[in-house]
Amino acid sequence: MEYLSPEGLRLDGRRPMEMRQLRAEIGVVPKADGSAVFEMGNTKVIAAVYGPREVENKTHQMNDQALVRCEYSMANFSTGDRTRKPKGDRRSTEISLVIRQTMEACIITHLLPRSQIDIFVQVLQADGGTRSACINAATLALSDAGIPMHDLVTSCSAGYLKSTPFLDLNYVEDSAGGPDVTVGFLPKLDKVTLLQMDSKLPIGILEEVMLLAIEGCKAVAGYIREVLLENTKQLEYRRGG
Amino acid sequence: MRGIQLSLNQTQKLRLQRALDKLDSLSSKRNSNASVTVADTIPVNHEDGVLKGHGTTELGGQVVATLCGVVERVNKLVYVRSLRSRYKPETGDIIVGRVVEVAQKRWRIDINANQDAVLMLSSMNMPDRIQRRRTAIDELNMRNIFEENDVICAEVRNLQHDGTLQLQARSEKYGKLDRGQLLKVPCYLVKRRKQHFHQLDQYGVNLVLGCNGYIWVGELNEAKDIMMVDQPINAQPNSTNEGQANTPAEIRQNICRIANSIRVLATLGFNITMEVIEEIFNLSRSLDFVVHDMLGAEFCVLVAEREAERRSSSTKRKG
Repeated sequence: MEYLSPEGLRLDGRRPMEMRQLRAEIGVVPKADGSAVFEMGNTKVIAAVYGPREVENKTHQMNDQALVRCEYSMANFSTGDRTRKPKGDRRSTEISLVIRQTMEACIITHLLPRSQIDIFVQVLQADGGTRSACINAATLALSDAGIPMHDLVTSCSAGYLKSTPFLDLNYVEDSAGGPDVTVGFLPKLDKVTLLQMDSKLPIGILEEVMLLAIEGCKAVAGYIREVLLENTKQLEYRRGG
Repeated sequence: MRGIQLSLNQTQKLRLQRALDKLDSLSSKRNSNASVTVADTIPVNHEDGVLKGHGTTELGGQVVATLCGVVERVNKLVYVRSLRSRYKPETGDIIVGRVVEVAQKRWRIDINANQDAVLMLSSMNMPDRIQRRRTAIDELNMRNIFEENDVICAEVRNLQHDGTLQLQARSEKYGKLDRGQLLKVPCYLVKRRKQHFHQLDQYGVNLVLGCNGYIWVGELNEAKDIMMVDQPINAQPNSTNEGQANTPAEIRQNICRIANSIRVLATLGFNITMEVIEEIFNLSRSLDFVVHDMLGAEFCVLVAEREAERRSSSTKRKG
């Protein structure tokens, strides 16, 4: 499989440092407090946020901060073969935990004591980078719900094939067995909140790949900011005086 | 557009887009760069000494927003007003809510805020209208006053230090609401006004615009001031006794028509006030729209166009 052609093009015609096309839409689930659909190329993810609302299980209620819950699931039809158990398997539980920790770090929870914030992310189409798309969608949905946050969390993945760092791997490139580094980044505070990697990578190259992923995160942050600003302006204009 | 699943044909799409563009252009002069997103820097004059209010935080000497919304400045206070967040209670607000639980000496009410509100038994008038100490028998008879899933109207009494919201319903105008429907709209569309109770006598409709975004549209109950002093204390104060007939069909139509007007306004994202609701109501009647067609594509487009006209004429009158 020719992951990098002699002309320097990847399997889908991108350059190694090129991201896939981004598309975001806010307000897709009418009943939810905040919701968003985020697409990175063919990967499509929907996120819905409910809250802050009354805690269901009083034993988990925290008197000084909000309780954040997250659930990640993949739709049956999201991958090539129809998956049998979309929730509850180990990968989904792990990704749910990862997304919860990432979002909890950036939500200002002490402003919402005794309440609960539920984040539900579901993958509608999986083509590599689902974790990153989920985090980006969750950020949009939380902003839509009016939940105070320290900063926008953006995420992007990068890999290393044929001695070149690749930005934003799709499913085929991910299945090549090379390393896959996912980075969660706060653009304004300039801090990394999530760093995960599959497979093996020498540490000198890890830094190069991580910096490439951070560049991707900054590009995503620029796009997310535009979408949110446009949405806020629309709501305000339409409301009237 | 958020929430609208309307199948608009080509001309309707064009008309809607034109009306919305007109609305955008009318208001764009006012707040060009007041909208901010999370982690945006808010331009502030540091020499004046600025007070950082809700939705802001300090980062490296700069004032940074933590919410997506519009920046408001009042003298030295700078804060970000978020649009689509949950209801933030203030003392004295009139709200409409649904009973979630009957607990010890209190009812828990869902009011679309961060937590459920609490209505103490002592903050509620007894059915026999006597001002007295609430006994254990009163506590056992709480279900006769409100049960789960009842819709009630009350006023915010206070916000306790731990965030719990306390309501009070000690006046005649508060209490259980029945014979009508409850609508949920985003709470930023309902502004705080002097009057939240509206009685439309000519249509027989009673309208309560709760500040929390819950709106009640129901039948106008003229016989509200029946003195219950003569009734025995243990009698069930039911409002649906056999003597009362069902609501007449015409009033039901009016209730549904007003409710649909509010739904259309909420879908399009326009401010909900009594004048606008009545205007849409009259518009639908004058154009002979059947009540269920009001939620269709054509009426939505008409409402958007009408609102654009109304706003442009009001700005012309001012400017």
